[in-house]
Amino acid sequence: MIALCVTDMNELKPKTTLDMPLSPESRVRGRAVRRFRRGIEWLILALLGSSTGITLLVTAAIIMVLGVETVLFFRQEEVSVGEFFFSLQWNPLLGGEKHFGIWPLLTGTLMISVIGLAVAVPMGLITAIYLSEYAHPKIRAVLKPALELLAGIPTVVYGFFALAFITPLLKWFHEGFNSYNALSAGIAVGILIIPIVSSIAEDAMRAVPNALREGVYGLGGTRFDAAVKVVFPAALSGIVAAVLLAMARAVGETMVVALASGSTPRLAYDPRLETQTMTGFMVQMAMGDVSNFGVEYYSLYAVAATLFVMTFSLTLLGAWVRRRYQEKYE
Amino acid sequence: MNNTAENAIQQNMPRPGTAAADSGAPASSPKTADIAVRVDNFNAWYGEKHALKNISLNVPACRVTALIGPSGCGKSTLLRWINRMNDTIPGARAEGTLSVHGIDVFSPDTDVVELRRRVGIVFQKPNPFPKSIFENVAFGARLHLKLSRSELHGLVEWALKRAALWEEVRDRLHHSALSLSGGQQQRLCIARAIAVGPEVLLMDEPCSALDPKSTAAIEDLIWDLSEQYTIVIVTHNMQQASRVSDITAFMYLGELLEVGETDQVFQNPAHPQTRDYITGRFG
Repeated sequence: MIALCVTDMNELKPKTTLDMPLSPESRVRGRAVRRFRRGIEWLILALLGSSTGITLLVTAAIIMVLGVETVLFFRQEEVSVGEFFFSLQWNPLLGGEKHFGIWPLLTGTLMISVIGLAVAVPMGLITAIYLSEYAHPKIRAVLKPALELLAGIPTVVYGFFALAFITPLLKWFHEGFNSYNALSAGIAVGILIIPIVSSIAEDAMRAVPNALREGVYGLGGTRFDAAVKVVFPAALSGIVAAVLLAMARAVGETMVVALASGSTPRLAYDPRLETQTMTGFMVQMAMGDVSNFGVEYYSLYAVAATLFVMTFSLTLLGAWVRRRYQEKYE
Repeated sequence: MNNTAENAIQQNMPRPGTAAADSGAPASSPKTADIAVRVDNFNAWYGEKHALKNISLNVPACRVTALIGPSGCGKSTLLRWINRMNDTIPGARAEGTLSVHGIDVFSPDTDVVELRRRVGIVFQKPNPFPKSIFENVAFGARLHLKLSRSELHGLVEWALKRAALWEEVRDRLHHSALSLSGGQQQRLCIARAIAVGPEVLLMDEPCSALDPKSTAAIEDLIWDLSEQYTIVIVTHNMQQASRVSDITAFMYLGELLEVGETDQVFQNPAHPQTRDYITGRFG
């Protein structure tokens, strides 16, 4: 029976082709077209592949330069790896004795990032919950692009905003604030990263199936119960990833801190005072009148490498959390 | 154990409301003829679409009422209006009388949260929360009751036993509910629903995503539960309707064509459309 079917099929095949109203040369032309399209396909593949390759190559080159120059830095007589990681002083420029301890820059960076997160995490998550669980679709259609617009403002504007608006405001509240201070820069960085937190967290919450919300309503739960007790925990992996990515962004933020937080590296936890971050130092180095070969010049790369390792691990951690703890729904 | 737990729950579950509500509570004798859900001249729309047309239906307490009819006939819509699940659907609106144990579902005084506590719902696809088995059952209780740890444990155990799931999960209460099979998940959802002490249970095709064995388990469960709960079930499965229900209502194109004792509707349908549908000639 089966064999019979197969023979039938085989007999049918040429018959249908013969019945088609096509001339023999049209089939020849078809072959040429097909060959041409195969060629185009190959070309496109080569184009796409080489673009990707160039991107990877550039990234690899950057990392290599960072690595090489960092090694050169540690080869200098004035510095040692031990000093870099354990000394608590950073003054590569001033005075006769130079110190290269990363901690003042690191704590400055961390302080501003933590202030930024303290602003962005509550604001961003509340915004995400509102947009995902409460906002009418029409309101969301307006608000979401508006928030993403916030991400499109050049960061120098935030820096200026911190310097010209937040700092005077802080000074008005409390006289102890320096004209350049960590809190002002931290708040501006926080505002800057709100869209990262809110946008990624909202995506994660919206991905939670509606059936779970209905489950809560069906048990006599309110919208708030659904949002806080089911949707938020279900989306937690995405939310943690959002916070980690925002932190990576805060750690790497440059323009705001360069403008608003000052340029005195210090191992202090007073947010009213001038603080220098790793990025702030790098701006100062790159812009300043330092020679291109001195130890202070190479220190720039060591700081950059440290910064790279930090943001890279945060990004990796964020991606890992997202994948590892994601709830699976059918 | 079962008994003490059950008593604890009775004490902990005040049943506010009218006299009708009290008589409909599980404490009363089974299979009373009270009306639990009264639908009168009820109309509903999705936007411009007239989904329910002049529906009048009395759902007796502590019985299983099956809503049958071809897809799109409005049976799920009717079900979801009983505890106002349709509130969340944009463009859905309704007119007419719908009352549960004498409480007007649409009255501005009616607290939707309290309504839904008293009218539980089980959905077509099992939708356990991504939490532990224990937390799933405890979820509703935590919303409505202030229970001590041991009371909560007692309640969870009672609900899981009631849903015929206890023996299967007693050793892994703190495992994720998502690790259960589909049929177990659906029974978990039933346990979760009854743990808040509802009087009416709405079931929207509760077996359509399950295999035959799980379906049989759920059907047995529905039959058991009907001694204490008023159950309204939407089903596409004619055998299921005839197996589990006391009352069958046939709906067609938004209208309620026929309602009666299940045996009578299946053996001697009054309406030709009903006959054609249950004999499988269309639908």
